Amino acid sequence: MSIDWQHFTPWTALAGGMLIGLAAALLILFNGRIAGISGILGGLLRPRRGDLGWRIAFLAGLVATPLLYRLWQALPAVRIDAGTPALIVAGLLVGVGVRYGAGCTSGHGVCGLSRLSPRSLAATCAFMAAGFLTVYLLRHV
Amino acid sequence: MSKLILSLLSGFVFGLGLLVSGMGNPAKVLGFLDLAGAWDPSLALVMGGAIGVAMPAFWLARRRATALLGEPMQLPAARRIDRRLLLGSLAFGAGWGIAGFCPGPALVSLLAGQPKAWLFVGAMLAGMAVFEVLERRKAPAPA
Repeated sequence: MSIDWQHFTPWTALAGGMLIGLAAALLILFNGRIAGISGILGGLLRPRRGDLGWRIAFLAGLVATPLLYRLWQALPAVRIDAGTPALIVAGLLVGVGVRYGAGCTSGHGVCGLSRLSPRSLAATCAFMAAGFLTVYLLRHV
Repeated sequence: MSKLILSLLSGFVFGLGLLVSGMGNPAKVLGFLDLAGAWDPSLALVMGGAIGVAMPAFWLARRRATALLGEPMQLPAARRIDRRLLLGSLAFGAGWGIAGFCPGPALVSLLAGQPKAWLFVGAMLAGMAVFEVLERRKAPAPA
């Protein structure tokens, strides 16, 4: 393993992470809800009365972020190397996986670990391990 | 109404955190997942920063029955670590490793002028719909 010092951005990573933590803190303390993106989105596919508004509002804020960010400064550069078939396979795996696994990087990785939940720790270890292994297989085998 | 505004604000702050941290960029996420290549540890600091801020909030939340805006505190009750949790998480991790997108960054990229994000999000919603269909077939949802 060698550290990629050229791309490592410790301060913006930490600052951005703290904003994500602040968002999760606001949602749990004021609304009593977990800021898990897959859970919030997945709940829209299982609509229950009185349970939709907050989900739509949260997702609207999330999706609108780049529009507001752009008023302040240029959006950060993005590179998506995956082609069309890879994006479709990846999307399907992520969609099915986060629902069976009951969470993703935000629900398990941030909120679950913050709650010291052993279940979320197990899920986080599983998806991290699968992510490491997949990238290894795709890039180094 | 205040509940909705708070949700909107939380979603926005979340998205801002993704953009500021660089996690909206799949190439950077894959740089973290590529342990054998030139490794970019940034994602670990994103999670560390997020957990550092969120942990005291969850500590407080666990001690309250209701949230500040009056809703019941809905902390997850599930504790079981079963095959369903682990296989689902493994599938998610594999998909994450293929494209470098997890759900939050994919949604935040939709209006950032990334047509590939639309494709990914479409497939992700299809995957979530597959889950709903399989679940309802197993146990019909109460009307």
